Amino acid sequence: MSITQILFWFLSVLALFSALMVITSKNPVYSVLWLILVFFAISGHYLLLNAQFLAIVNIIVYAGAIMVLFLFVIMLMNLNKSNEPQKNKWLKLAAALAGGCLLLVLVAALKNAETKSAIAESGTGDIGLIGNLGKALFNDYVVPFEISSILFLSAMVGAVVLGKKEASSHPSGEEA
Amino acid sequence: MHLLSIDWWFILEKLVLIVIVISLSLVIAMYTTYAERKVAAWLQDRRGPNRAGPWGILQPLADGGKLFFKEEIIPLVSSKWLFILGPSLAMLTALLTSAVIPWGTSLHLFGKDVPLQIADVNIGILYIFGVVSLGVYGIMIGGWASNNKFSLLAAIRGASQMISYELAMGMALIAVLMLTGSLQMSVIVQNQVEHGWHIIYQPLGFIIFFICALAECNRTPFDLPEAENELNFGYHQEYSSMKLGFYLFAEYINMFISSAVMATLFLGGYDIPFVNETQWGLPQNLLAIIGFAVLMAKIFFFLFVFIWIRWTIPRFRYDQLMNLGWKGLIPLSLANMVITAIVMLWKSKT
Amino acid sequence: MVQLTQKAKLVDRRQMSWLERIYLWNILKGMMITLSHLFKRKATINFPEQKRYFAPVFRGLHVLNRDEEGRERCTACGLCAVACPAEAITMEAAERLPGEEKLYREEKYAARYEINMLRCIFCGLCEDACPKDAIYLSQTFAPSNYSRKGFIYKKEDLLIPNPLTDPEDYKKALGDRPAKKINN
Repeated sequence: MSITQILFWFLSVLALFSALMVITSKNPVYSVLWLILVFFAISGHYLLLNAQFLAIVNIIVYAGAIMVLFLFVIMLMNLNKSNEPQKNKWLKLAAALAGGCLLLVLVAALKNAETKSAIAESGTGDIGLIGNLGKALFNDYVVPFEISSILFLSAMVGAVVLGKKEASSHPSGEEA
Repeated sequence: MHLLSIDWWFILEKLVLIVIVISLSLVIAMYTTYAERKVAAWLQDRRGPNRAGPWGILQPLADGGKLFFKEEIIPLVSSKWLFILGPSLAMLTALLTSAVIPWGTSLHLFGKDVPLQIADVNIGILYIFGVVSLGVYGIMIGGWASNNKFSLLAAIRGASQMISYELAMGMALIAVLMLTGSLQMSVIVQNQVEHGWHIIYQPLGFIIFFICALAECNRTPFDLPEAENELNFGYHQEYSSMKLGFYLFAEYINMFISSAVMATLFLGGYDIPFVNETQWGLPQNLLAIIGFAVLMAKIFFFLFVFIWIRWTIPRFRYDQLMNLGWKGLIPLSLANMVITAIVMLWKSKT
Repeated sequence: MVQLTQKAKLVDRRQMSWLERIYLWNILKGMMITLSHLFKRKATINFPEQKRYFAPVFRGLHVLNRDEEGRERCTACGLCAVACPAEAITMEAAERLPGEEKLYREEKYAARYEINMLRCIFCGLCEDACPKDAIYLSQTFAPSNYSRKGFIYKKEDLLIPNPLTDPEDYKKALGDRPAKKINN
């Protein structure tokens, strides 16, 4: 077993275990922290594939920014056992059914997928390096890239509009 | 020495380097606490600590010893593991950043070149950003786990402050990256050795980066997570003993590392100003050591400026902080980025 | 409004200029001020090694005086206790027995003499009240203590060293204080 394989198995087990802990933890703050660990394990996988840029961006964006916002919201909501909503029995059944269907679809899709050409090049591939990735993004995929940036812009404008205070009928600042 | 197809000499070399760099940052952080107290005293016409050892140079040891012997208190209602995880994370993220900083050119030891950089990855700057963005967790987890309203408020302040200023910091850096064309720290330094320091081309970018570095380290004009007059003590309110020490210490290590990053990105790293040292004909090892000393001098200058600012400028109000970050620095850094891009494009055309 | 003194300074309420609004320049000016203090003379001294000069009129810790032959001057008249505004002084008088002429100057002396240093306000009225130059305020101040009891100074704590047996310490304790004129 080479060092790459050892690392692969370690990271896989870590990722799966933390993912399980995410859904089994009672405390939502612990769930978020386990989720961060999942992201780290996935970043480790990216590193094994020599995709350093993807690995670090995964950490910056997901672990460093999005999860912090998640943590914010959860910490401020102060979720306790006492105000946990009562779950319906039928709701649980429906959720299990839906999840099972999703699993079925995934398995079916992966079974027919071509695996030979898409085999991972561990440590040797250079598709994930920043130069190649940038060239691919700005040459072959420039239109989708720009469209997604417009999508983000519109989302940002929407957030600003939502977050803006309504202009009150009698401004309090001028009276004083 | 090939077991599991690993070059163990390589591992050993890096391990020694890691130990040296980490102990160096610890010692420098220790003596930054001493320098902080001494400079603060001088700026206020006082003398500062001068009892422990000659000129008080043993003061940091005495402080550390005191913290070690303090009673360790873990609040009953806190979540114990997270309470311990908080300061450990703060310390860990503070120390992790030092891995990609080039501390000098390479030494020639035992018949091979040993570069004075732990990992010369081709995403050096992004790595620093990744680690810095994780620094939020130390504060947030510690503040939340303390189960104290003041701690939680301080933690949320710290986290939102760090997220806000990371943006402007990143955009100030993009301009530097345009000049260099690489994310690799050693290439950035080499570029400055050849073409002059980045602070000449990017004065605005440097100022923005410096202000953001102050905010990221929670240093004084932006030390709102530790604002005593509103929050009692800040996010480490419930901490005692060495766990508190870790939080306080992590701040100084962060200062040291961000000084090193600033020196590397804008002041030419280990480059000696105004001269071309390769023409002196000095042996390679001596040159490397001189370069390291020059880098250290730049770092100490930045550390002094950090301390100097702390004892001069009063704290911002929280809305002022957010205004400066979102309405001041981010548009400025965007403008800086666009102007740099235009100039670069224009120069490459002609 | 009529200005009474020159000390009042009007607040400048003009709009800030662009240079002032970006603050960087003003911050630099402030930092130059602090930097200049780096090289100024320090206002503090290294206390236990260096001591500040006290004027001869400084009112510090009390001393019960002796005369040149080493006899206690105090006659336990109680004037100091009466004069004391803080009521810090208590004493008990006793009669001098034959054979004690070397110890006490007059026929009556203070068998017990206590000053509560926590009550004392160091006003020096006891010194003014004393007709025998038996008590005066020296140029040292009361050292700290761990208990309240320790602040009640007994006669042993207050008495000046004997000039006959311990002339050096006596000189040191006396300092440069001019002797008060007394009418015997």
